[in-house]
Amino acid sequence: MSVLANPQLWFATLAMATPLVLPALGGTFSERSGVVNIAMEGIMLIGAFFAVAFSYWTGSPWIGLLCAMIMGGVISAIFAWAAIRLSADQVVLGMAINIFAAGLTTFLLNTIFGLGGTPDATPRLPTVNWPWLAKIPFFGGVLNQQSVLVYIMIVIVLVSHWFLFYTRLGLRIRSVGENPLAADTAGLSVSRLRYTGVIIGGLLSALGGAYLSIGILHSFDVNMTNGRGYIALAAMIFGKWTPFGAFGASLLFGFATALGIALQAYNVSSNLLGMLPYILTILALAGLVGRSTPPAADGIPYEQHR
Amino acid sequence: MKAVWRAIGTPVVASLIAIVMGGIIAAAIGYSPLQVYGSLISGAFGGAVQTGNTLAGSVPLILAGLGIAVAFRAGLFNIGAEGQYWVATVAAVWIGYHFKGMPGFLHLILILVGAMVVGGLWAGIIPGLLKAYRGAHEVITTMMLSYVGILFAQYCIEPDGPMLEPGYLPQSHAVAQNTWLGPIIYHSQLTWGFAIAIVVAALVWWILFHTTFGFQLRTVGSNPYAARYAGINVPLYTILALGFSGILAGLAGAVQMLSQDHRLTQSFSAGYGYTAIVVALLARNNPFGVILAGIFFSALSTGSQNMQLVSGIPQSLTNVLTGLIIFFVAAERIVPMVIRWFQRRKSNRLQVSLPEGGRTDG
Repeated sequence: MSVLANPQLWFATLAMATPLVLPALGGTFSERSGVVNIAMEGIMLIGAFFAVAFSYWTGSPWIGLLCAMIMGGVISAIFAWAAIRLSADQVVLGMAINIFAAGLTTFLLNTIFGLGGTPDATPRLPTVNWPWLAKIPFFGGVLNQQSVLVYIMIVIVLVSHWFLFYTRLGLRIRSVGENPLAADTAGLSVSRLRYTGVIIGGLLSALGGAYLSIGILHSFDVNMTNGRGYIALAAMIFGKWTPFGAFGASLLFGFATALGIALQAYNVSSNLLGMLPYILTILALAGLVGRSTPPAADGIPYEQHR
Repeated sequence: MKAVWRAIGTPVVASLIAIVMGGIIAAAIGYSPLQVYGSLISGAFGGAVQTGNTLAGSVPLILAGLGIAVAFRAGLFNIGAEGQYWVATVAAVWIGYHFKGMPGFLHLILILVGAMVVGGLWAGIIPGLLKAYRGAHEVITTMMLSYVGILFAQYCIEPDGPMLEPGYLPQSHAVAQNTWLGPIIYHSQLTWGFAIAIVVAALVWWILFHTTFGFQLRTVGSNPYAARYAGINVPLYTILALGFSGILAGLAGAVQMLSQDHRLTQSFSAGYGYTAIVVALLARNNPFGVILAGIFFSALSTGSQNMQLVSGIPQSLTNVLTGLIIFFVAAERIVPMVIRWFQRRKSNRLQVSLPEGGRTDG
């Protein structure tokens, strides 16, 4: 139990959950609008790479963050165009974007930065370091020294919930994901709302990627997202397509990962401990959560009748 | 004839658009598109050895791709083929270096069957049961188990791992040599595993389209409500379809192990289970399409190694091209748009040029 009382464990939980929460929220927005999005992995990679590249070129990690989001937005807009305008198979498109992004970022890393990888001098986003916070017993250890993006993430979770469930635009986005024909009949533009959902998703996924490259590190590695986009997909489904659900599922995942790392001190195989988050997720699915039903029109292209 | 053209023509035109786009991107970056595509093609099909290696690389993609296609046909997304592939390989290797006194042929069959059973159970039991009776989404469960399976295989050959061969390399003992699948083409990597892949593809096609089991499986996939109304045991078919899917992914691992590595190593798999998803998607879950798509992706991979070697173009460029190709094949509605755009341009040009005395360009 001494492990659980250690603030380091909970610090790591929050830090590990952040790059899952952001793309999981992104996926939630996209799928609530009715577009299945498994491109989070690819968009995260794009975000991670351009965040580093532009931080290095401009010397400002904030501009890097902005550029990462712009690139994520552009890629997701192309994805949205193919999914909405061309009624393409959304799962296939998502895989295409993931492969494209893995190739593009590796290629650009090799051609722009060469074998040495991204320069060590790349600035990274600040960490929150408040003396008054550090003095609070347990919570200081958990919350102080976290990347500023962790705090931004928490705000985004709250705003996303409010936006999806308490604003008119949120209601409209949800309605085109449930019943686009009804929304169309009511005079809403299905495609415009879907573009909105997918692009918000892209911005958030890119933010999640940027957290990895300029939030905790200041470098980019080949395939540095390492499947987090897919785990975020799982967190989104696990969280039943709600912001708080995605947040909770990601926290569970971050906790299991952090616990696995903490338990390594007890000389257990790191490969066996690495299974912990995945087994916990399966157990939780088997016992805690009931059926998770996606939005009714999720993944079904909508043909507008003019 | 028109129907055949519609089935094949659109993906072909879409691929052509992607290839042209890829060429433009390569040129924009500063590489000659001809050199890129030339070295790709010669690396993949330039001679008997290259062709053999390409076909050899397609074997795990075809087998795992068939597995994913079967699940898709039942309306299930088996994203965890990679893990099923790994645990089945662990089982195959374990059987392969035990029971050494057996006749080679029987031992080989035991290895293949063992791997298929383990792969099938890995996909069928937990994800299948949880999907059928708890409604847990198979995307999560298969993927979570996939990571568990990969980590388990790594655990087997980690220092002090249960299958580690004493020595400096993190690898398992080798399987009995008389079970190895021999080469079809001398000096290339192409083994009889390729023949197994082709036969299995035909078998899967027959099961899917010519048996009651296949018919019911496809019915569950196209409309689970109608299937239930028709008296099909939908939960049972969910479990069976995922199990069938895992059997094929497991077979992919065993055949690859018996053809190439003959033991478990850290670099054993190159993510075949993930590429197989794209193989199945590109083939539209048609078993014979899976063969073609598997060869296509293997060709890109072997060709890209040659491309990097010969012209120094980073291998990762092929992933950019692959992504584009999949994108445009999925977004095939762009084909009529492009054709219409060409027609409009042509008619515009006619209207512009006619008043000038009917002079045509050229």
